Amino acid sequence: MAKNIKLKTPLTNEDVVKLKAGDSVLITGKIYTARDAAHKRLIDLLTQGKELPFDPEGQVIYYVGPAPAPPGYASGSAGPTTSYRMDPYTPQLLDKGLKGMIGKGLRSQEVVESMKKNKAVYFGAVGGAAALIAKSIKKAEIIAYEDLGTEAIREMEVEDFPAIVIIDSDGNNLYETGPEKYRK
Amino acid sequence: MREIHFDIIRQTVKELFLKANYIIGDDIIVKLKESVQTEESESGKVILEQIIKNNEIAKNERIAACQDTGLAVLFVKLGQEAKVVGGDFNEAINQAVREAYIEGYLRKSVVDDPLFDRKNTNDNTPAIIHLEIVPGDKIHFLVTPKGFGSENMSALKMLKPADGIEGVKEFIVETVKKAGPNPCPPIVVGVGIGGTVEKAALLAKKATLRRVGEHNKDPRYARLEKEVLEKINRLGIGPAGLGGRTTALAVNIEYFPTHIAGLPVVVNICCHAARHAEAEI
Ligand code: SF4
Repeated sequence: MAKNIKLKTPLTNEDVVKLKAGDSVLITGKIYTARDAAHKRLIDLLTQGKELPFDPEGQVIYYVGPAPAPPGYASGSAGPTTSYRMDPYTPQLLDKGLKGMIGKGLRSQEVVESMKKNKAVYFGAVGGAAALIAKSIKKAEIIAYEDLGTEAIREMEVEDFPAIVIIDSDGNNLYETGPEKYRK
Repeated sequence: MREIHFDIIRQTVKELFLKANYIIGDDIIVKLKESVQTEESESGKVILEQIIKNNEIAKNERIAACQDTGLAVLFVKLGQEAKVVGGDFNEAINQAVREAYIEGYLRKSVVDDPLFDRKNTNDNTPAIIHLEIVPGDKIHFLVTPKGFGSENMSALKMLKPADGIEGVKEFIVETVKKAGPNPCPPIVVGVGIGGTVEKAALLAKKATLRRVGEHNKDPRYARLEKEVLEKINRLGIGPAGLGGRTTALAVNIEYFPTHIAGLPVVVNICCHAARHAEAEI
């Protein structure tokens, strides 16, 4: 397991296939936030054949609904939310070229299959380490669905955002292999 | 009757919600630090240290320890000789929540209707208030902002009396196993046994608020708590669910008399951001 691999977004297929479950990474560049309500709207747009507020090609989506930013902060506390709620929508975004997702918790088999097919990676950030993670967010700007409040889509500029590869593009899953080692 | 003014209630509850969201209790911090020493997984240690660091940042900078600042839940003990003056008691609490969440830069996570509109109320109200009338002339508030990553992993089971102690153990451990990484381990497991459906659920929620390291006064239940905690920490889930020994920091069980035909059990899971604060006025 490699430590502290520096990654720059957008990600290419070559970036993605090198990453293995268990690697720790530091992500720099633009990432996009979206949770349940925003995903629903994105998929509605795709179904209607309309353009999305950002092009998912090569991008990374962070499943997060940040706390409001206090004065002097780029972002309020911003740890990951549980990812499985986005599972029904994810394969369609992966088909559109999405390369990475940051969240916490288990994913469905359909998502894993689509990740293998499309060459994408699922990163985990530490749930509840929200104040710490916010330190790596340098800028955050709402680019769509302001009416959704915390669930609006934000473009974030991050620097050395700490994450761990949970599911790699071959389908290896740290949530399965990690706990197995310590099960008694 | 002792008079207690609307404004004092509002001010007290507001401060409690700010404090609870910014400052994780020292019982949790001590237990997390102990766990760094006992954790066998290297990545598990790193994650526990990140959580400790996170909690220090939140406390020092007075920002939310976790972005999910939760639903506002309160357990209130109202002395029967206290009289609330100057306004509506429930409104004093909702006003407090509104002010804390807006002025304190806390996330608003409440939708007005659970099924149809799901429109954000934008001020994190209404609060969920559990009221108990007790002797005396004081009011005691125990508040907890409850995040839903862990709430969603909770479970209820109406066991048969014949399922007994083994049935209870199995249900608790199964619930934690199924939850895996989702509720942000290491977790605090609250268990309510007995009563009715809603009584067991309330007991379980209250159990999550007990200080880590304290046990049920009944030695049989205290033993059960320790035994189930050991079983859970053998599941291997570990910090953030990436493997390790530290899956739960505590298992807290509360019980209540129940019906001859029943054995209700509720498991309410709370994440490591186990936030609560209390005060008496
Ligand atoms: S489960 Fe707890 S620690 Fe995890 S995101 Fe929710 S509130 Fe935060």
